[in-house]
Amino acid sequence: MKTANKRLTAERLVRDALEKAKHFADYNIFTFLNEEGAIKRAREIDARIARGETVGKLAGVPFALKDNFLSPEGQTTASAHILEGFVSPVTATAVAKLEAEGAIMIGRTNLDAFAHGSSTENSYFGPTLNAYDKERVAGGSSGGSAVAVALDIVEFATGTDTGGSIRQPASFNGIYGLKPTYGCISRYGVVAMASSTDCIGFLTKTPDDMDLLMSITSGQDPKDMTTLPDYYETNTHLATRIGIIKDFDNDSVDAEIREALRSKCDLLKSKGYEIVELEMPALKYALAAYYIIVPAEVASNLSRYDGVRYGFRSENSDTLDGLYLNTRSEGFMPENKRRIMIGNFVLSSGFYDAYFLKAAKARTLIVQEYEKAFDKCDYILTPVSPSPAFKLGEKLNDPVAMYLEDVMSVSLNLAGVPGLAIPAGKSASGLPIGLQLVGPRRSDKSLIEFSKELM
Amino acid sequence: MKIKREDILHLANLSNFTLSDEEVLSLGKDLQDIIKYISQLDDLDTSEVKSTYQVFEMENVWRSDEIIEQDASSEQLLALTKNEKDNQIKVPKVL
Repeated sequence: MKTANKRLTAERLVRDALEKAKHFADYNIFTFLNEEGAIKRAREIDARIARGETVGKLAGVPFALKDNFLSPEGQTTASAHILEGFVSPVTATAVAKLEAEGAIMIGRTNLDAFAHGSSTENSYFGPTLNAYDKERVAGGSSGGSAVAVALDIVEFATGTDTGGSIRQPASFNGIYGLKPTYGCISRYGVVAMASSTDCIGFLTKTPDDMDLLMSITSGQDPKDMTTLPDYYETNTHLATRIGIIKDFDNDSVDAEIREALRSKCDLLKSKGYEIVELEMPALKYALAAYYIIVPAEVASNLSRYDGVRYGFRSENSDTLDGLYLNTRSEGFMPENKRRIMIGNFVLSSGFYDAYFLKAAKARTLIVQEYEKAFDKCDYILTPVSPSPAFKLGEKLNDPVAMYLEDVMSVSLNLAGVPGLAIPAGKSASGLPIGLQLVGPRRSDKSLIEFSKELM
Repeated sequence: MKIKREDILHLANLSNFTLSDEEVLSLGKDLQDIIKYISQLDDLDTSEVKSTYQVFEMENVWRSDEIIEQDASSEQLLALTKNEKDNQIKVPKVL
């Protein structure tokens, strides 16, 4: 990526990015443009360059921040009405690390409210449009981030991935998107969705950019006890065997996506790699387990939004209980309400054993299935989603159809393993097709390096 | 299982929000569809399987028992509320 120097100033880079952001305003990518703050930061960096100081590996690089990362610049809304007006006094660890290397946030990007969704249509601010076809969805929940990178407004964008929210929008817009190993990057200062599967990651144009961002942001953080110091490798290891999952090669997956997978397998074979067919029958249950475990954690994490301490507060409530009820009734989107209610259903007395406990056991089988698979191969290559970007509104009134978008992405989050969405050509109608490389825990760097074999 | 109107109202109550009549109908249908989908786990034999609640590889993370400076001051946090008086958050009556 382009960094600032004496000839190419940070201010130039930032002004160009802001201009492009305004040019593409009709895509509804940004919830906030950081014009004043970004130019101020750029001038500071230019002054340091002029003085001959070192300014970091991302000097003057404009980036877009998914609007569920806390920082004092602009409101952090998570595209939810209930957080309207919330300007955070704290900065997320990942943001602080990027800014310490000189990166400049030029805007906050749109998402499905609280990252609940696979199309960015569940945003309080309306949907973001696909970079390749304005009648189609951007994917989600990191839809704004994906389109900001795909339209070349910024060099990279941050994302969060709880069940596919980085990989699916990356694949819908023809770019790279990494869901790292669980615990790789600190979640401190990021609006929580489901704590046992939430991952922070990036959307980029190249594997090398991804590697650079991972090396900067990963590592232990005393503010997030689920981070470990050595999660991002320093060396890469060589792969010889690539697995493909037989159960995913059927009519429920778009023919052009299956063809793209076959053609990448042929490419790997021609380079001397062995292709291994895997049977992973437990993955069939991953989506059902996911839509039990995640709503349960969502119901718990979203119980904090009560209108008292920050964000939106409903007017005209006579009692404290009324204030809670009115604020939450008016502040949540329908999909937020669905997930909270499902979460409370699977956790409630009489249903806990049949749903939540059962799903936690299914999760064990999914973890074990990945462990067995990685005895037989180094990485797995699969589709990201069953189809390329779908039409706006197509799945909005059918939550189960929308959830099925995540059928091939959620198992990674349940198992904690990394997945990298990579561009794999276009459909006959010109829509980007993405594939997903999956590796064992802690293989993130090797996975990124290996993706270059598929270019 | 069949989700009835009172089940929907009970879940809304547990969730601390109210629903309009329209929402009761639309969310009721959605919840019915979702519960039907997630009930396919019934087909999976998990009788000999232990449960997994997290995929983090450590049991406990210790730190020294020292007071850590918070990132935000109490003034900054109080400034976030809609209604503050004498360093306290004002809400409607409780009783």
